[in-house]
Amino acid sequence: MILAEGLRCVFGAREREALSMLRAGESRTAIMERTGTVVALDDVGLRVDEGELLVVMGLSGSGKSTLLRCLNRLVTPSSGSIRVAGQDVMAMGSRELRRFRRRTFGMVFQHFALLAHRTVLQNVEFGLEIQGVARRERRRAAEQALDLVGLAGWEDKRPGQLSGGMKQRAGLARALAADASILLMDEAFGALDPLIRHDMQAELVALQRRLRKTIVFVSHDLDEAVALGGRIALMMDGAIVQDGTAESILAAPATPYVKRFVAHIDVSSVLRVATLADRSATPPRGSWPVLQGDMTLREALPLLAEGPDGLAVQDEAGRTIGVLSRRAALAALARQPLKEEPAWPSLSPASRSPSYATASSIG
Amino acid sequence: MGGLTGALQAAPPLLLIAVAAVLAWRAAGWRLGLLTACGLLFLWDLGLWTPMLATLVLVVLSTLAAVLVGLPLGIAAALSRRVWRLTSPCLDLMQTMPSFVYLIPAIPFFGLGAVSACFATVVFAAPPTVRLTALGILQVPHDVTEAADAFGCTAWQKLVKVQLPNALPTIMAGINQTIMLALSMVVIAAMIGAGGLGREVWTAIQRLETGRGCQAGIAIAVLAVILDRVTNAMARRMQAA
Ligand SMILES: Nc1ncnc2c1ncn2[C@@H]1O[C@H](COP(=O)(O)OP(=O)(O)OP(=O)(O)O)[C@@H](O)[C@H]1O
Ligand SMILES: [Mg+2]
Repeated sequence: MILAEGLRCVFGAREREALSMLRAGESRTAIMERTGTVVALDDVGLRVDEGELLVVMGLSGSGKSTLLRCLNRLVTPSSGSIRVAGQDVMAMGSRELRRFRRRTFGMVFQHFALLAHRTVLQNVEFGLEIQGVARRERRRAAEQALDLVGLAGWEDKRPGQLSGGMKQRAGLARALAADASILLMDEAFGALDPLIRHDMQAELVALQRRLRKTIVFVSHDLDEAVALGGRIALMMDGAIVQDGTAESILAAPATPYVKRFVAHIDVSSVLRVATLADRSATPPRGSWPVLQGDMTLREALPLLAEGPDGLAVQDEAGRTIGVLSRRAALAALARQPLKEEPAWPSLSPASRSPSYATASSIG
Repeated sequence: MGGLTGALQAAPPLLLIAVAAVLAWRAAGWRLGLLTACGLLFLWDLGLWTPMLATLVLVVLSTLAAVLVGLPLGIAAALSRRVWRLTSPCLDLMQTMPSFVYLIPAIPFFGLGAVSACFATVVFAAPPTVRLTALGILQVPHDVTEAADAFGCTAWQKLVKVQLPNALPTIMAGINQTIMLALSMVVIAAMIGAGGLGREVWTAIQRLETGRGCQAGIAIAVLAVILDRVTNAMARRMQAA
């Protein structure tokens, strides 16, 4: 588990002064003007449970990479506390920190950071080599990791001979081969083409399910965050402005910035059938397909297209919890509130499910 | 030093030329093998084979010593700001001082002869190796050293596995410069009795023998070209590998 509290991080010569201005509540721009110091993180708190995937999102320069670097102390924050797996990372000496990084963290870098003088295989072996793993064993692990990212057959090439996307996959393989319990991934799929990107996202999700890795994934692509399916922490100007599932952020954006951020998201892959279901309606009679509550709207659409209007929705236990109508689905897709329908008198205002309220606040 | 020169002088020149050409070919390609063979044959033909060997030994040993001292110093300067601040002005001084000056303190210690010449040459020629080693290490991309840290490298692992291999082309350029500077000290070193091609030039000056002076001068230039091209090509190959 990762637990960070009150992280502040400033870059520049006049760190002290900037920090005290920050505590006094001065703005980032004022501090920049007065001291020439960049405030990269301002009182950031973060909690990632074991086996959880957290996506850190935000515009360029919002401090995502810095936050990630603080977690394994590649950057030491100016103040705040970081606990990882119960250990106080801020209190570690350099020796302890080294051991901790070897065991605990695998990292994928935004700009790949491969070693140009080594072959792809030797690059992927790097983490294990540092840990002192025997040659044969680390070779096996490296080949496995390369296989996983689809780079089998490229072992003996140099990074300079790879395309951007291939370098990125090599960097990913290097982090996977090190077999650490926490993966820190900085825009790890940024240089991939959409097809491979999609495959890698699915691969990462599967991997995370299988190996129960804790993953902190930095991205500025909201659809990627949704595809990865984890919790999302949205950053702006060095602070986390909202933190939650894609659906909860979409339902209630905390600030206009967040609202703009999610404006172009593909709602069909975010909204769940359970939230859209009308809980007061009665399901159609007959042997029609049944929707699962945790399906996304996108998954439900083909089923909705067939059969009668309105399909039963079940929860995990198989109990029927409501009905999803085509009208409700379309309204959600159009990001419109579902208007009252006079011809449907059973739908009184009091019985409107909370999902309509969420859908109406998407705007 | 004398022993090494003696041994080389005892060997048949043609055999040595063949060996040198093959070495250059293996290390730097057939063109440079050919260049080496032609250059050395030319020197042999000029009758400057024996002084050339003395000069070569002086240059090679001085370079070795300069690298042995310069490389660790360069590494230390790159890793510690304080060492860098301390060495940087020293290097400036060493390079801007007239090189004759180094001969003076050497003589009381080592007497007249090749050893003093070697010492003075090392002092004069070492700075580029120190400087470019430090520069090469400082220029290793930040994200690469950061990756090394992220995977938990010790300072030594980072140096050996990441920084030095990355800096190698720059370091080789520094060593190349050191060789050239060492060669340029040859004539000056002859003033204190180092022998070799430098002495040929020196005698020619004293006797105003233009032809002999030119021959010796050209011989130094030929040696310089061979050493420069071969080490450069080796550096380029290392970078590509
Ligand atoms: N080593 C550094 N020295 C000085 N300033 C830095 C350093 N690293 C980051 N910064 C500053 O901190 C701020 C946040 O940078 P960071 O790299 O964390 O942004 P980011 O959210 O990762 O952006 P991007 O999406 O472009 O990667 C930026 O304003 C940047 O200028
Ligand atoms: Mg970044």
